[in-house]
Amino acid sequence: MLRLRGSSRAAGVALLSLGVFIILAPFLWVMLQSFKYEIEILQGSWLFKPTLFNYADVLYSRRSDFPKNVINSLIVAGFSTVCVLVVGTLAAYSLSRLPWRRRIASIFLAWTLIFNAIPPLTLVGPWYLIFREVGLYGTLVGIILTHITLNLPMTVWMMMAYFNDLPREIEEAARVDGCRRIEVFWCIALPLVRPGLIAAGVLAFVFSWNEFSVALNLTDRATATVPVAIARFAQQYEVQYGQMAATSILSTIPALILMAFGQRFVVQGLTMGAVK
Amino acid sequence: MTEKPRTAAARPAAPSARRMGRLTDAIDRHFQWVALAPAALLLVALTIYPMLNLLGMAASTIRFERAREIWSFTPGANLDLLLHDGLFRTALWNTALFAAASVAIEMVLGLMLAILASSITAFKGFVRSALIIPILMPPVAIGSMWKLMYSYDFGVLNQIATGLGSAPVNWTGSTSLALMSVVLVDVWHWTPFVFLILFAAVEGLPKEIIEAARMDGAGNLAIVFRIMIPLLRPALAVAALFRAILAFKVFDQVFLLTSGGPGTSTEVVSLYLFKVFFQQNQLGYGALLSLAIIAATVAFLLVARRLTAAVSRT
Repeated sequence: MLRLRGSSRAAGVALLSLGVFIILAPFLWVMLQSFKYEIEILQGSWLFKPTLFNYADVLYSRRSDFPKNVINSLIVAGFSTVCVLVVGTLAAYSLSRLPWRRRIASIFLAWTLIFNAIPPLTLVGPWYLIFREVGLYGTLVGIILTHITLNLPMTVWMMMAYFNDLPREIEEAARVDGCRRIEVFWCIALPLVRPGLIAAGVLAFVFSWNEFSVALNLTDRATATVPVAIARFAQQYEVQYGQMAATSILSTIPALILMAFGQRFVVQGLTMGAVK
Repeated sequence: MTEKPRTAAARPAAPSARRMGRLTDAIDRHFQWVALAPAALLLVALTIYPMLNLLGMAASTIRFERAREIWSFTPGANLDLLLHDGLFRTALWNTALFAAASVAIEMVLGLMLAILASSITAFKGFVRSALIIPILMPPVAIGSMWKLMYSYDFGVLNQIATGLGSAPVNWTGSTSLALMSVVLVDVWHWTPFVFLILFAAVEGLPKEIIEAARMDGAGNLAIVFRIMIPLLRPALAVAALFRAILAFKVFDQVFLLTSGGPGTSTEVVSLYLFKVFFQQNQLGYGALLSLAIIAATVAFLLVARRLTAAVSRT
């Protein structure tokens, strides 16, 4: 937007490169540590023979729970993403298209806004008691339910924005031609908001994969997710720095994959609220 | 609206198919309700009902004996605790400090990067891809990465510090620096998010106005401060509000990096709540704290809505 020439352009490029470097450098440095033996990490050496010991230890050793944590996380993130897309998209369509009274719609939306703004830990206490009561404490089902709820506000708002952008005439024409309401939703509205579904799905998956404060308190050893495992690695009495680095890097892989393939959708999802 | 003959009902079909047809008819007629019901049920069961539970818990003392809860009704006791809880006040203060510092720094850096990236077109795509990484990373992994980098003995930051000839810095272990170190991690984590929002907004600015200003002889600084920033006010307000809300919820990185220490220098609201609930097992008092925090959040939202509306209007 600005026109930068000569030295001011050079300064701008330098600043921008510095910014990108500062964002990438920690990641690269930790990745470097993950290929070192413990002793080399402690010596802070820069010249070393790379080893896959830390990754092998985390992924294959008998005493490591990490593969189990990964499977738990995949199950939780996968199921909660699918469920939140179904529940959230239906709700968004209902609120955006069907004849609700304004007051009811705004109460619903205001409530999701408040719920999204309060720290989740305020509700983890009662969740803990309720889940113990009904036998969901320490189960994957319990964690999945909480993650659906946590991601619901975001999904509803995003999908509502996409539905609001569709021209009503298409759906009205389909109704006149004799389509049922379900058919209008399923065959006409839903295919048109596919980019929104992908964006919301990618973000819901990532947020569920990353979620820590709820998983920490509602899982036990058998159902712990990846973030809980990373925290355990970092908080052990005798910290194993190599494994800590390796698990951190491994836990970032889904984010990197989604960034590589779904970047357009991620950017769309993250910025649309602000642009609208 | 004319009803089309239902395929299932029109054909003389088996009774089960006819019943199915009637069921889909009913669903279709009430689709408005059916579509909203799952979300509403979920919110009632997992947000409204727990919040009502908080009310009951806040008026009680809950002890655990042989894995069973023992409730006793003591409405005044928790309130008394809350009024004399210096640690909670410290946590509130630290959280406010943390949020103010990190949001302010992130807004300035994010705006700078956004304007630069939109002016230097060569790097646009690469800058954006690189900057998305921190947003998508697990906050816990970020905490553990920075814990390694902040390490007094072998962390890269102290390698740089000693390389430059200064003494090694106790990043997370000294009471004066710890909160700043936590803010630094947050700045690394969330500046890209502010950048993304503001970058989209900068790209959406009307080019004609900026061109016209340039014709009239406005320099780059004048364009930024007199034209861009005033036009970006709604986006700036939204970004700041988003970040303030998220900063108030901060938990993961602080839990990993300092666990609130040294002393109480990085004790934040969520962390304190976690300790009261799950380390001290004071579920009743924790519930009262939760209610206080929820009330504070709602009050903040009401004020913030007024503020952002005012900022966007003028």
